[in-house]
Parts: sequence; C-alpha cells; structure tokens
Amino acid sequence: MNPREVPLIFEESVPGRVATRFPDPDVPVVPLEEIIPKDYLRERPPEFPEVSEPEVVRHFTWLSRRNYAVDLGFYPLGSCTMKYNPKINEDAARLPGFSRLHPYAPEELAQGALRLMWELEQLLCEISGMDRVTFQPAAGAHGELTALMMIRAALEDRGERRTKVVVPDSAHGTNPASAAMCGYQVVVVRSDDRGNVDIQHLRQVMDEQVAAFMLTNPNTLGLFEEHILEIEEIVHGYGAFLYLDGANLNAMLGITRPGDQGFDVMHFNLHKTFSTPHGGGGPGAGPVGVKNVLAPYLPVPTVEREGERFYLNYNRPKTIGKIRAFYGNFAVLVRAYAYIRALGGEGLRQVAETAVLNANYLLTLLRPYFDLPYNRLCKHEFVLSGRRQKKEYGVTTRDMAKRLLDYGYHAPTIYFPLIVEEAIMIEPTETETRKTLDAFAEAMRRIAEEAATNPELVRSAPHTTPVKRLDEVQAARNPNLRWRPT
Amino acid sequence: MPVQYIPVTEEERQEMLRVIGVDSIEALFADIPPAVRLKRPLNIEPPLSDLELWALLRGLADQNGHCDRYTCFLGAGAYDHYVPSVVWHLASRGEFLTAYTPYQAEIMQGELQAIYEYQTLLCELLAMDVANASMYDGASALAEATVMARDLTRRNRILVSRAVHPEYRQVIQTYTRHLGMEIVEVPLQEGVTDLDVARDLLSEQVAALVLQIPNFFGCIEDGQTASDLAHRHGALLVVGIGEPLAMGILRPPGEYGADIVAGEGQPLGNHLNFGGPYLGMMATRQEYVRRIPGRLVGATVDVEGRKGFVLTLQTREQHIRREKATSNICTNESLNALAAAIYMVALGKQGIQKVAELNLRKAHYAKTRIREIQGFSLAFRTPTFHEFVVRCPLPPEELNRRLLPHGIIGGLPLGRFYPELADGWLLCVTEARSRDEIDRFVDLVKEVAA
Repeated sequence: MNPREVPLIFEESVPGRVATRFPDPDVPVVPLEEIIPKDYLRERPPEFPEVSEPEVVRHFTWLSRRNYAVDLGFYPLGSCTMKYNPKINEDAARLPGFSRLHPYAPEELAQGALRLMWELEQLLCEISGMDRVTFQPAAGAHGELTALMMIRAALEDRGERRTKVVVPDSAHGTNPASAAMCGYQVVVVRSDDRGNVDIQHLRQVMDEQVAAFMLTNPNTLGLFEEHILEIEEIVHGYGAFLYLDGANLNAMLGITRPGDQGFDVMHFNLHKTFSTPHGGGGPGAGPVGVKNVLAPYLPVPTVEREGERFYLNYNRPKTIGKIRAFYGNFAVLVRAYAYIRALGGEGLRQVAETAVLNANYLLTLLRPYFDLPYNRLCKHEFVLSGRRQKKEYGVTTRDMAKRLLDYGYHAPTIYFPLIVEEAIMIEPTETETRKTLDAFAEAMRRIAEEAATNPELVRSAPHTTPVKRLDEVQAARNPNLRWRPT
Repeated sequence: MPVQYIPVTEEERQEMLRVIGVDSIEALFADIPPAVRLKRPLNIEPPLSDLELWALLRGLADQNGHCDRYTCFLGAGAYDHYVPSVVWHLASRGEFLTAYTPYQAEIMQGELQAIYEYQTLLCELLAMDVANASMYDGASALAEATVMARDLTRRNRILVSRAVHPEYRQVIQTYTRHLGMEIVEVPLQEGVTDLDVARDLLSEQVAALVLQIPNFFGCIEDGQTASDLAHRHGALLVVGIGEPLAMGILRPPGEYGADIVAGEGQPLGNHLNFGGPYLGMMATRQEYVRRIPGRLVGATVDVEGRKGFVLTLQTREQHIRREKATSNICTNESLNALAAAIYMVALGKQGIQKVAELNLRKAHYAKTRIREIQGFSLAFRTPTFHEFVVRCPLPPEELNRRLLPHGIIGGLPLGRFYPELADGWLLCVTEARSRDEIDRFVDLVKEVAA
C-alpha cells in the first residue's frame, strides 16, 4: 500500500491549468445579462483546483493505492458478503445501450432495459419464492423502509393502525432506524442461548399492535433460525407481517427460499449476494420481494410484459407511491442479472454450499484460539468473541482487528452483533481459496499468540499501514469536514 | 462443472469437510428444517459461458435507443453531458470499485481523502459549509432534507413549490406521510413559485419552504426573496437541485441563505444509466451539521501526528444510534460521489464556468429559434438555464413520435405531470449538442409539425 501522503488536490492547484478542453460557443454570443438578470449570476466562480489532466490521473491513482479492496485480497467483513465482483459485469454495465440510455426515453427505445428488469424480477422470484419484486430501493435500508411502508399501507387497508415493529437484539441497526422512519415504535426481542430468537420472549412481546417482525435469516450470528416455522406461526397468528432482512441470502441460494419459510416480504442486497461491487460504500441496490398479499402496494412503476412488449406500469391504485426518482439503480441490476445468468441455478447452489463450507472450515481452524459464544455449525459467517484476550491480556477485539491490517488483511466486522461481547464477525464468502483461508487462520493464530506474549504490539497496531490509528475524538469534537484555503 | 468465480475444487471440498468433521455438504445444512428445504433445483436456465453471456448482454443493450445513437433533447432530471474520459477510468479502478465503506480508516485513506475532497468541491459549488458523503438520489435526498428541517425546527408543515420535479414531490409525500408531517403545495406564476402565495402560507407552523433552482421547467427562481420570506417566519429555506452544473454560472444557494441544499448530482460525471445509480447531494450550514443524515468524512491526525481522514460524527448514524438515528441510510452512492469529485477536478475553476455557459448559450439559441416556428411559443417569460417549456400546436407526444424516425429524442411532454400544460414540451439543450444538431432539430420540428 502506498505509504506516501498524497497532497489534497487543492494544494496542487496552479492558476491557468486545465484538465478538460471545452469548445468555444458555436452559437451567437450575446451578453449574459441579456439572458439572465445580473442578480441571478454568480459573482465569483467556485474555487475548484486548476490542474492538468496528468495531474488528475496521478492524484486519484495514488489515492487508489492507499485503499484496500477485494481485488487486492481477502475481505472477511461479516454481514457484508465481500465476494469477488466479476469484470464482465462491469463491461456490461458500461455498454452505451445501458449507460447512455435516458430514463424518460420512449418505451420503444428501452425494450432491452425493460426486458432485463422483467427477467431479473422472474429470477429473483424463483430464487426467493416471492411473487413480485420492485427494483426501486437503492440500498438494503431503503428496501426496509419501502417494505415497512407497504406493510403499513396493507394494514391501513384492513382498517388497522398498528404502532410497533419487533426486531431481535441481534438485528442490523438499519432495522430499528427504518422502523422509526416509518413512524413505528421499536420493540426488541431477545436471543436464546443457542443464538436463535427466544420464542418465549417473542410470544410475550407480540400483540395486536405489532405490524411486523423484522428478522435476518440466517441471523447476524451466522446461524439459521431453527424455529422459523414456529416464528412464522406466532407472527401470523397476530395478523402481523414477517419481514426478511435479506443481507444473508448468500447461504440460502438453491437450498431454502424465504417465501417457503413463511416470509411475506424481504429485501435483497444485490451488492452482497449478487456480486455487484460495493464502490467504497455504494451504490448498491435493495430490491424488495413480496408475496401477492402485498403486491398491490408496490411502488410505481412496476415492469410488465404484454406479449413481446415490455412497459412501465404506473396504474396501481394502491401503490405507496415513489421512494426515489425513476426506476432504481439500473446499472447495478445489469450486473446482478449477468451474475445470475452466468451461474444458473446449479451455480447459485454451489455459491451457497461453498460459502457455508468456507465459513465452517475457517471456524474449525480458529476455534482453538478464540471463544465461540454459540457452538453450532454456522452458515455463511460466524461470530467469535475476543473476551478471553481482553480479560487475560487487556487486548481488545479492536486491537486484534487493527493488527490484522499489518498482516495484509481487511479486518472482520467487529463489535457487531451487539449481543456478543468483543464480537469478531467473519464472512469468508465462496470466492476464496483454501490457501487464503489457511493463511488468514494462521495470521489470526499468531495474533492470539501475540496477545499473550507481546500485548503491546497488538494494542499499538497497526504498524505498517500508511497511517496509524487516527484520532477520532478530535475529529468529532472539532469537525473539519472540508478544506479551506489558508 | 466448475464455476469461474469459485476456486474450491471437488478434492479440496472433501478435504475441508474432513477437517470440519462432517461427511457431506448436506450435513452443514442439517439445522434447516426439512419442511422449508427446496427439494428441487432452482428453475433457472443453465449456466452461460462468458462468450454466451456477453452475446446475451450485448443483445439486450443493442435493443436500446441510447444517446450515442439518437440526438437527445430530453432532460427533466437526467442530463446528457459530456463525461471526460478520466472520470470513469479512475473511478473504475478496482481499489475504489471493490472496496467497502471505509470503516478501517488506516487502509482506506484513499477513499476517505477522495470523499473529503468531494465534500469540499460540493461546498464550493453550492457555497455551503458542510456536505455529506452522498445520499441515494436527488429525490430521496430532498425528501430527507424535509425531515431534517422538521427535526431542526420542530415544526411539521413543509411548503413545496409545484415547480419542484414532480417525482421528487411524490417521494417527499411518500417519505413524510407516516411522520405526522403536512406537505402544502405552493402554486406557480410564469413558471416559477408564486411567492405572494408562499408569503400567505408561511407561518410559525412552517418548517421549510422548498424550491428547486433552476426549477423543473428550467426557470430560475428568485432564491433571495424566497429566503427572506422563509426566514422572516423562522422557517428554513431548502433548495432542491436538479442540475448542479448551473451553479457554474448562477448564484449558488449558500449566497442567498439556503439552510439545506439537496438534489441530484448525476450531471457531475455520472452516466444516464436509465435512471440510476445517481448521486444524492446534501449540504447544510455549519450549525446544523449534527442533524445531517448520512456519512461524513473529517480530517484528523494519527498517533504520530500524520494527517489522515476518518468517518466522523457517527453518533448520528443507524449503526450506533439505531432507532434514534437521523436517518436509516447505510449504503450510499460513494462511487458516484467519487466520480463527481473527479469530474469537478477535471473541469477545474475555468471548466465549470465554461460548461455552464455553454449549456446556457446553446439552450438560449435553441429557444430563440424554436419560438420563431409558426404555432410554437415559449410558455414562460422567466429566464431559464438549459431547459425551457414550449407550447406546441400539436400534442408533444405526437411531435416526439414524428421526430423519432429522424434519430431525435424530443422533449418531455408535460401533460403527464401537469394537466394544465398538456401542450407543454420540456426541452433540454446541453453542451453536448452542436449548433448543427440544434439547427437540424429546429428544421425537423418545423417540418413534422406542418
């Protein structure tokens, strides 16, 4: 990784340099004030840097070399499914027929795009056991919000105004945040000592005021909810909806379908399960799948087929409306479609099997060195605890995560789920070799050993990265969120 | 058959199962109740080879009439601008493309610094103090801005101009419906918000007045007067943006007192992509920073005093604050923000002015030529940027149909969103249109309308 500090691009600016040449106007030039009143005109231009094209290229190339990414190595970030992102999908998304297509282009000019969306909907329905899918949500959390709005609309249609949403104590933070954004009060249900939803507690918190139970399955501990059928019965018994946070769908492809488990509605994370790149934080896509009972409330438009013609349907009287402009993160859909077609049904099942195989293999290698709060076979990921290292040597999970950076790996997700003390959440994915898993396990073993023999080395890690630990307190106390000329 | 993205061979698989201590893959799924197991293969077509896949995708793409094959005079919230080659060559580098959110700051300084530069560039463009690391798109960003205004003022009513992009207004409705908020539409006069009506609607109950500048019709609103009006009643001015490039030449919202600016960043180096991914922009004043949704990158130092960047003020966010967060947003549009940063840098101080001026002048030229055609007239006298509304002697839908065989994508027929403007045709002329293309367009309009 590039150790050299890269100056801010603003510090490289020299008046008079340009990186893009625009033509002079080829239309008659009239004084600006004749077109726009002077009051509306900008007095001084924005202080963008003045640099040449080679400087732009070197600046961002050098910056890129201060980044870790899946293309460089192992990224065992639990809950994020950092699998390899196929390159053919990138080429496909950049075909002008997709990338240069205007969203309001006449329908007859968008038949290829609409067909792709229509077919992707069928594919996701088959994979999930849902009846319809909307592609509008831009991300998983956006999908959660969309789904809760649909649930709310369906309940109101029944003449009910329910007030609560139940989430497990192991839920992603987005679940309660989405519930609040939809005007619901959040109720938390405990996990039991096997890492499942505590069925007794679920019975206690459920009542006629609960609109939905939001569940991740396999859950954020990487464990399949063993009592899923009982959960389904309890939730539906109160007339509430069962929602699947689909973040962990990778473990289920071709094995079991949310629709068959009794879920009424779910979101997919195309940027996790279906290999679209995370882009340093986005864009993703969070399509929502629903059973027929919720289909009338889908956002507009839906994509429909009539013979060989595909069209956008806005005529849906019970729709919740729109949750973003246009139709969704289309270029992300192109990648997910390409991925599914490349693998076929058989390949998707191999994805799930290998993801679960890799996770259990890695878990087996690491079990001797760390505490395992829930000693079960895992699915696509597992959660260890660093409490032993913390208690015995004063070395925290954060310290060990930072030390992993010195060994050339991205760290796992840490301190999540909240119910595991000093949590270390590891998701290897199916795209890693056994050799990589062995080497990573060896690094973890050595760190566990260092924690015992040389704790200070771990506590002060990382040592080899472009910068060392950063002062986050200072950053939050006196926020410096933009450069200003001195 | 082996899958190209899965490196584990059958032999390794057996060996790994042995290490785990189970005798089959099946045993790893023993905790899934049989009743919910899928007992048949997924009904999906067999895997495709790379060559077959490429042919399939190219075939689908070829069915689309895109802006390299057609001359585009359509805008309405998605704009056909020239994107310098450097933008996606750099943004597509695997180190940016295949990274996650920069939670491990020590190995993500590249991403963090690039977003810090993006935040700075956006603040410069809009003349605002603080910008976040991105939202989903213009519509959802503006909707979250209204919720932020509610939180800041503890007032529930939002006045939204009818000249805000109709889809953005629909999204505001959807987002606010369950939060006890009330959306009141402000009518129009000459294609801009009727500020006399806004004055009457403003009160101590109003959290914000929301305008879009330039508005959906391309018209330039009087931001200063709107700002004075809103602030007189303790309401915030929220400025929606559909076309950030306009700020290369127009007075930026920060200069007339905007409190929150939210809108679409697609024109900053992002492709049309049939509507997404785009880039939700959000910026505000320094004093409101702790209520802004989304991620923020801040500058700091490491333990040895070296300069560095981190995600900061995270206690606003869902992974810390859960149901008390300022928003549920997690995944955002970082890569699109990165592309926007590269684009703004590639334009530079001269380029941003020049490209804005080209848009303005070309649209102005097209406007003066079209209104000379018999039966066509401009709908509004208000000054415009690169879009304008023409009233047509025949339905705009019909005009578009007749232009299409000539390789032209016409403007947006407005009847779909504004029944009172059923003869209205929203045209857009960017820097990507040459004078020849404009002249040919005008001649063809004349011809097909005759």
